[in-house]
Amino acid sequence: MAELNQKQNFLKGIIKENPIFVMLLGMCPTLGVTSSAFNGLGMGVATLFVLLMSNIVVSLVKNLIPAKVRIPAFIIIIASFVTIVEMILEAFVPLLYEQLGIFIPLIVVNCIILGRAEAFASKNNVLSSIFDALGMGIGFVLALTILGSVREILGNGSLFGLTLLPETANTFILFILPPGAFIALAYLTVIFNRLTNKTT
Amino acid sequence: MSKKESTFISMALSLLVITLISGFALGFVNDLTIEPKAKAKLERKINAIKLVLPEFDNNPVEARKLVKSEFAKDSIEIYPAYKNNVFVGAAVIGSSEKGFSGLVKIMVGFKPDGTIQNIVVLEQKETPGLGTKMKDESFLQQFRDKNPSTFNLKVKKDGGEVDALTGATISSRAFTEAATLAFDEFLINLDAIITSKQ
Repeated sequence: MAELNQKQNFLKGIIKENPIFVMLLGMCPTLGVTSSAFNGLGMGVATLFVLLMSNIVVSLVKNLIPAKVRIPAFIIIIASFVTIVEMILEAFVPLLYEQLGIFIPLIVVNCIILGRAEAFASKNNVLSSIFDALGMGIGFVLALTILGSVREILGNGSLFGLTLLPETANTFILFILPPGAFIALAYLTVIFNRLTNKTT
Repeated sequence: MSKKESTFISMALSLLVITLISGFALGFVNDLTIEPKAKAKLERKINAIKLVLPEFDNNPVEARKLVKSEFAKDSIEIYPAYKNNVFVGAAVIGSSEKGFSGLVKIMVGFKPDGTIQNIVVLEQKETPGLGTKMKDESFLQQFRDKNPSTFNLKVKKDGGEVDALTGATISSRAFTEAATLAFDEFLINLDAIITSKQ
């Protein structure tokens, strides 16, 4: 039974409660950085790391923090991990660091992370929180990578920087511009919900 | 949810402890990454210098000159290069705030007579797929072996000779403005660079 629960904790973030396609959370980085598949993936992985670490720490200290100051406490924990990610990216993956720019510090206010800390990690044990974070994080990574891929293929004729279409091919430049993010996200959300509703 | 009571002291204490721990953790990670960060930055600069200048045997980063410019608010960086103690060119960092999304920073390599050897884009936040094409060979090649004193560094729309990027005239303008700044500073400081070596 316990094992089944962990599987549910993990899977719900990917399909049933996918943070992007179902819950529509964390829209700011989703729309902002997904102009290419690589950016989407990088942002997703950075968020996954912060989500995992903050879920672990929050579930560890949940009984030590007075209820009235839990939100500031969670934010400090999240902000610390975001700053660590920022420093590590700048040191070891400067290319990605430059591309993501302001969106790395903005992970702090990503509502998925505080949402999971408040709604899940502060009420469950460490193991469940890890599975929850992994599921939600991977759901987020997948959604951002798919969105980034679609926009990059349609808008630039390439995928992960590899050119798929000849230079002369007409691409929809709109899709790498901000309005394209909304259009692509809307269609992907429709397709995603259509597919998942059929199977369940 | 929390078993601890929310008294003034317990709230202040728990926040204090959390901020203390996080402060130490951040300090620790900062110490760990400070060297690789500086190294990565320097490496990018050296690679850019190698790309824009003819062959050299000194260390341009050490020979760097910072000059105050009347056209830009920050000092301009100039990296002179020498081979067998002969001046072979200088890399100048030019920038413009007039890009589509702000700062465009490029490094321009000049031969001693002012001819452009090559240009590398250091920083830009332009629109992906439009303005970012300023990094592409097809755009950059039109500047090579051109001397800005005879080659009008302006986009064709403004009466110059530069083919602007399709759909990104503003980015192209910022690029040419940065290049012009670099060229002007190169000319102004050319004598000082050459004499400083002897």
